[in-house]
Amino acid sequence: MPRTIIEKLWDSHVVHQQPGAPTLLFIDLHLVHEVTSPQAFDELRERGLPVRRPDLTIATADHSIPTTDRTLPIVDPIAAKQLAQLETNCADFGLRCLGVHSDRQGIVHVIGPELGLTQPGMTVTCGDSHTATHGAFGALAFGIGTSEVGHVLATQCLLQRPSKTFQVKVDGALKPGVSAKDIILALISKIGIGGGTGSVFEYTGSAIRALGMEERMTVCNMSIEGGARAGLVAPDHTTYQYLTGRPHAPQGAAWDAAIARWDQLPTDDGAVYDRSVSIDADALEPMITYGTNPGMGMPITSALPEPSAVADPMQRDSIAKALKYMGLEGGKPLLGHPVDVVFIGSCTNSRITDLRTAASLLKGRKVSPKVRVMVVPGSQEVKRQAIAEGLPEIFRAAGCDWREPGCSMCIAMNGDQLSPGQYSVSTSNRNFEGRQGKGGRTFLASPLTAAAAALTGVVTDVRTLL
Amino acid sequence: MKPFTNFTSRLVPLPINNVDTDQIIPARFLKTTSKLGLDRQLFNDWRYDAEGRPNPDFILNQPRAQGAQVLLAGDNFGCGSSREHAPWALTQFGFRAVISTSFADIFKQNSLKNSLLPIVVPPDVHEELFAAVAADPAAEVKIDLAQQTLTTPSGRSVEFPIDAFSRHCLLEGVDELGYILQRSPEIAAYEASHPAPIHT
Repeated sequence: MPRTIIEKLWDSHVVHQQPGAPTLLFIDLHLVHEVTSPQAFDELRERGLPVRRPDLTIATADHSIPTTDRTLPIVDPIAAKQLAQLETNCADFGLRCLGVHSDRQGIVHVIGPELGLTQPGMTVTCGDSHTATHGAFGALAFGIGTSEVGHVLATQCLLQRPSKTFQVKVDGALKPGVSAKDIILALISKIGIGGGTGSVFEYTGSAIRALGMEERMTVCNMSIEGGARAGLVAPDHTTYQYLTGRPHAPQGAAWDAAIARWDQLPTDDGAVYDRSVSIDADALEPMITYGTNPGMGMPITSALPEPSAVADPMQRDSIAKALKYMGLEGGKPLLGHPVDVVFIGSCTNSRITDLRTAASLLKGRKVSPKVRVMVVPGSQEVKRQAIAEGLPEIFRAAGCDWREPGCSMCIAMNGDQLSPGQYSVSTSNRNFEGRQGKGGRTFLASPLTAAAAALTGVVTDVRTLL
Repeated sequence: MKPFTNFTSRLVPLPINNVDTDQIIPARFLKTTSKLGLDRQLFNDWRYDAEGRPNPDFILNQPRAQGAQVLLAGDNFGCGSSREHAPWALTQFGFRAVISTSFADIFKQNSLKNSLLPIVVPPDVHEELFAAVAADPAAEVKIDLAQQTLTTPSGRSVEFPIDAFSRHCLLEGVDELGYILQRSPEIAAYEASHPAPIHT
């Protein structure tokens, strides 16, 4: 029977199936970070259990790490303790840790791919909902809770129930000024933030095939914002090209064998999905969110929704509540709305392609004096590459703040945050109330749209600056 | 895990759709390395003003929330971040069940591992429950996990879905890690036939 890639990945990782119980799946790569792991390591200690497969586990510090000079001590004692605890836990359990002072440190979903650890055909878990990022390689990658982090540490397995298969077909060609971020924001605004609950997305179609690996990661990254626990793209030549020569990618004969295996992964002709939606890439405009969840998005030239025009009372209340929090008025345009902060970074958009894209617009220009612009590379490796290409000089000359790698203002745990009432245009993934700092107000958008707002100080259609 | 037993409780209504885990517990409280002490931070930014004083309009600060064990939530409760701190904070406050029309996948799994029962009800029951607590804040529901029934304040018995494995684990207090560890021979057999493609 023809199978989707989702079913193939599932079938090849089944360790045990007992009637009436969830399936026990083997996990090929487990990524660990400081925030969701300490309680899991405690659990192992209490039970006297080792980490079953240190060779399939790697840790880094990203969420609570400051993005200031790493030679300075960490000011926040609670964050410092958490970061030190990660190093202790990794030392105690024999895990490789790319910690605060590692030259490989970075956001967990940036370093897995850049080290070549994330490969097609794998199952990947991490105590982080944006683990779907790794699906860009044709891997089945789940975000898990801390109890499950403990399960994977101790057993290298996860109890899972099968998901529905959900095809997201994106055909056509993106217009100038429109990027991968706009595809995923358009999908989420179309299906809503609960639209993919219980499903795994497979992104297909000519527009997805035309994306580079880093852009595919941007799309897969926000699968959870559409409610799906995982999202993926079948591997192809683009995938193989990206992996070639990466530190942990197979070499020589092993590489040829891997390609032969990976070529079997794509969805078979005639395989049936439980659900499908289509997006027309030709018709996409730059997208922006206006509300307090990622489903509240629209083409940047649109008018804000009028709550009174919404039939469902709870939905109407949601939009009214969101607009009130955001200090916006229904029916008005968002274009021209003042911005206080621009954040370019996060596991969604902090890779070298994202930084190059932002720099291409900022080069030789000055950001608005009214805006604080933060550029936070996703990893030490991204930072090194950016330096080699002269990007920090472009950002600094334009008036941006170039910082050390980490999650930074995406999650605002490390002191990088909005003040109450401030507006940001952010390349991150969540615009929930207070996500970027208590009382802060977030417009999610692409790196190009963020760079455009940085230059003008207001929400801007980047196509007017190209 | 302690076995999950039947109980009767008042409802705490939170008629907001798509409540994300950043609202349940904001990220700045995740710097802790402990599971404990999170009850005060539950719904922190809705519950307290800028000076940290309780906001009297927020339901958790009202006398009716004290001792209540069931949160009556809007659609798609628990979306967003995978933080298990969300069910930790909810259970430490005293909640044993959350009722909604739907739950985000990761939140649901995290809840089941912490004896917090996610109860999915159809929209008409959901509306009936909100109407019942609006009419009488002391209205109570009865939850019977073995029978998979929720008895509404009007006395209507509604069956709710839960997979057999999760129900068994909750009722017997089985912890999933213990269950997986019993599968060690199968795990070893899988490992033996599947050489690892990487070495971190």
